[in-house]
Amino acid sequence: MIPEELNQDPIVAAIRERFPDAIQEARRDLGELTLIIAPGHLVEVCRFLKREQTFVRLSSVTGVDWMPRTPRLEVVYHIESVARKQRLRLKAWAGGEPPAIDSVTPVWRGADWYEREVFDLFGVVFRNHPDMRRIMMPDTWEGHPLRKDFPVHGYKYSYADEE
Amino acid sequence: MADIDTLTENAGETAAAEAGTTRKMTLNMGPQHPSTHGVLRIVLELDGETITRAKPEIGFLHTGIEKQAETRTWQQVVPLTDRTDYLANLSNNLGYVLAVEKLLQMEVPPRAQFMRVMLTEITRINSHLVWLGTSALDVGAMSVFFYCFREREEILRLFEFFSGQRLMTSYFRIGGLALDAPRGWRKWIEKFLDVMPSRIDMLEGLLTENIIFKQRTQGVGYISLDDMLDLSVTGPMLRAAGLKVDARKDYPYSSYDKFQFEVPTRTENDVYARYLVRMAEMRESLKIIRQALDGMPEGPYTADAQNVVLPDREKMKTQMEALIYHFKIVSEGFRVPPGEAYQVVESPRGELAYYVVSDGTSKPYRVFMRTPSFGNLQALETMFVGFPIADSIASLGSMDFVLGDTDR
Repeated sequence: MIPEELNQDPIVAAIRERFPDAIQEARRDLGELTLIIAPGHLVEVCRFLKREQTFVRLSSVTGVDWMPRTPRLEVVYHIESVARKQRLRLKAWAGGEPPAIDSVTPVWRGADWYEREVFDLFGVVFRNHPDMRRIMMPDTWEGHPLRKDFPVHGYKYSYADEE
Repeated sequence: MADIDTLTENAGETAAAEAGTTRKMTLNMGPQHPSTHGVLRIVLELDGETITRAKPEIGFLHTGIEKQAETRTWQQVVPLTDRTDYLANLSNNLGYVLAVEKLLQMEVPPRAQFMRVMLTEITRINSHLVWLGTSALDVGAMSVFFYCFREREEILRLFEFFSGQRLMTSYFRIGGLALDAPRGWRKWIEKFLDVMPSRIDMLEGLLTENIIFKQRTQGVGYISLDDMLDLSVTGPMLRAAGLKVDARKDYPYSSYDKFQFEVPTRTENDVYARYLVRMAEMRESLKIIRQALDGMPEGPYTADAQNVVLPDREKMKTQMEALIYHFKIVSEGFRVPPGEAYQVVESPRGELAYYVVSDGTSKPYRVFMRTPSFGNLQALETMFVGFPIADSIASLGSMDFVLGDTDR
């Protein structure tokens, strides 16, 4: 679902021309352009944006948990074109159990730690990621703290005695 | 954080021994190493003195600030932002309040905007002074550290004067400032502006032409611009490689477009160039502070939004409505319309961004902090590998990260 006025937007138009079914939804809120990309097209759209639309910088990757919706986990990418001084937000839903999505590390190496963080805190598995393990929490940690059903005080009093 | 065995299993000792060359050695640097500026652990693999692999391990300071933020009201998140990057707390305050104000579509009065600009620039000097002191100490220049901390003390006193707190100021609030500037603030800032240029001259005098410092830093810590862009590095590191990026110029916020200043760049792309860029940035910050002081508008310091900003004490005692709003804001907080905003500010370390998501309630649904230290630290391995271990200390210092900012 793309509003009529956004069809004129050069980025939206360029992506639609190359990948007609990639954009599931587009909106411009508070001056920020958001594109919801079909998970299957994510990596190729990112590669296209980087190589041909000058979005050379990945600013961040993060997640949002929209429990109880299915799929519940949304992965949010913020990218920037240094040449055009323009920012863009891409989103994709991570479906399946455990939730999984393709990694964008082949496009931007900088996604490495950000995706590890999303894996650690939200439990989204990134396929083709070179080093998919926890980054913030201890290896023995159970659960993914930023999920909405994870209690703020954790499940246990202490994790210190564990191996 | 990972197990030490998984990190050291490929130490390469046997392979090197079979080849009859030098033996590779695995060295554990940190998490309590003085040059890691906090609790960062780096597992280094050395071939003689040359680093062949470097694996940074972070997470030792992870305190779940983003999770905590979801349990507070919007205004209560401001003190949490102080505690991420504790050397540039006001930049963090600014990023967060601007993001929420964007969601509220709220316009802050010019006085508050100028005050914010002035104080974040003082924060920039504060942060650069700590960076300069510690990274100069790393390469052996001990006296610089003491001078830097003396100047920083002046700045902390200034913060205390404004906000009542030295480090965790929480001075910027959604809708404006916590308090109006205290009486006599102009004199304090004047004094600071009088003293600071000569102090920066002195610091430069200690280092810029210092032959030992130059030999330890020139040509050290090189990483190509393409690698840096690919690895999400931002801030002075990019500018020292000749790329003129600065969120204050590229995406002006908080009336930065009304100020005249330069974005200093260098092209050498080494530790020395990063030093020069940061020194020049301090001078530019002084220029901005001077303009803010001279052009400081009169008027209110909070926005005219009675459902967001706490009412004046006097009004509270005389007007029923003000009392009700005060009670509502303190007990329940205020609601923010559903939506999402990504606000970028230029922190002393680079691109700092807050991604806030609201579901229309009085608590944030999600607060994500895109912190510059986290992105910059990813470049560590590329920067270390192939260079001697002695250089790694200088390159590490030049990245200017804060582990509280990295781990959140």
